[in-house]
Amino acid sequence: MSEAKKFMFLNRKAPYGSVYALESLEVVLISAAFEQDVSLAFVDDGIYQLVDNQKTDDIGMKNFSGAYKALGDFEITKLYVEKESLEERGLTIDSLMPLVYEDEDDDWEEKPSIKIVSREELAGIMEEQNIVLSF
Amino acid sequence: MIVVIGLACVVLGLVIYYSLWHSGKSKLKFGILVNEGPYQHQSADSAYQFTKAALENGHEIFRVFFYHDGVNNGTRYAIPPQDDRNITELWSALQEKYKLDLVICIAAAQRRGILDENEAKRQGKDGDNIAPGFRISGLGQLIEAGIESDRVVSFGD
Repeated sequence: MSEAKKFMFLNRKAPYGSVYALESLEVVLISAAFEQDVSLAFVDDGIYQLVDNQKTDDIGMKNFSGAYKALGDFEITKLYVEKESLEERGLTIDSLMPLVYEDEDDDWEEKPSIKIVSREELAGIMEEQNIVLSF
Repeated sequence: MIVVIGLACVVLGLVIYYSLWHSGKSKLKFGILVNEGPYQHQSADSAYQFTKAALENGHEIFRVFFYHDGVNNGTRYAIPPQDDRNITELWSALQEKYKLDLVICIAAAQRRGILDENEAKRQGKDGDNIAPGFRISGLGQLIEAGIESDRVVSFGD
């Protein structure tokens, strides 16, 4: 296989209003097996996918938010959250799950996976990608 | 005079060579992702039109991958009104003409009841509904399309 490509999964939708978020996560987990350079971006209502303490009992849907916590174990360590989307919804980084990964290049030190970036910064990061899949 | 004609021939030759070389270079290999079902959303039509136009212009389509409700493009049981387009049949015809690889995601298909003969047997269902020219496979096929194609174009909401 040739050199790894940069794949970004762009998540734009709330977790339970439609199936996009859940099925996006399924693609992300599969992509981990292909040894590509994978990152995730969360914009608009997509940031709700990462909100901490999700409870879905009353709407009868499966709470799949725990799966985001496993991303670090799949070596998916770059989760970009758009600052403006958080602000527009009255949220801060403290509203989000504390997602971490163990950095193998730094004595397995635990590091945060979520990085808050401005809209402009995110546009730059998208520019660097080979593939952006938008869900 | 002969020198002028000779020069003109050389220039013309170069122009033809360059345009052939350039047209060869500009051919791309596309992966197509269809995320919406037929009729509900224009994405399915747009994906078909794009794929058809790309093929007619000499580009290559590595694979068309149907995901989310997009898997519903691959049921042969849909019966749109006779004066409307039949999107599934359009895809099947395009597949036959160009030997397209039309792949329906198995995980999304199972949720929505799209089955081929093997899946129907495996799941103990009494029939299948996949349309001619489509096949059911895993999500890895989407990632592979990303790796192998020059561009991936998503059609969705």
